[in-house]
Amino acid sequence: MRDIRLLTQMFIPGQLIGPFAQANPGLGAVCTFVGEVRGEAYVEALELTHYEPLTLAGMHDLADRALGRFNLMGLLMVHRIGVLVAGEPIVCVSAAAAHRRDAIDAVDFCMDHLKSAAWFWKRERRSDGWHWIEPRAQDHTDLKRWD
Amino acid sequence: MAVRVVFLGPLADLVGADEMELPAPLDWPALLAGIPPAVAEQLTNARVHVACAGRVVADKAALRAVDGDEVALLPPVSGG
Repeated sequence: MRDIRLLTQMFIPGQLIGPFAQANPGLGAVCTFVGEVRGEAYVEALELTHYEPLTLAGMHDLADRALGRFNLMGLLMVHRIGVLVAGEPIVCVSAAAAHRRDAIDAVDFCMDHLKSAAWFWKRERRSDGWHWIEPRAQDHTDLKRWD
Repeated sequence: MAVRVVFLGPLADLVGADEMELPAPLDWPALLAGIPPAVAEQLTNARVHVACAGRVVADKAALRAVDGDEVALLPPVSGG
């Protein structure tokens, strides 16, 4: 089961993960990562913008590569756009497979690519206004692990 | 007869607008001449990409947008 989505409203990961696991009968492993907006004291809100013609297509392309690289039964990849506050889920990736290593690695692979190579622009609102964010050096290093 | 030029992320702040229209057909020199100089300067950065009609252009200088195309100016991504 393949479920790739951009969401404009807050979501509850459990409401996606439960049905996803159910939709892959016979799985031996399911691995899920949920990223949330960190509760930094100076950040009032986070805004994610995207470019409609590229962002979702890019996520589908990433899903294709994950499905080609790992032995998966299903892949769920959901990403928020819009304005978020601390504690809100921003991304959820879940992979179902016969064995754990494929599920774990597929989620790791998708997250490293989403974190530094996906078509999102992120800015955070602090007391003095909005500030654009670039990926951390660590995000690029993480991505290189898959070359 | 126009090409819609869309500014993403911090580029929209530089322009003070999300998009503008330029006459078609639109090539690379015409794009650079038609957008605000501050954005044209950003476009010389290899990390700033350009998409035309929903596809990232491999060689920006080879841009050739026709009437009805949307050209998106894509600054370095922040990631998700």
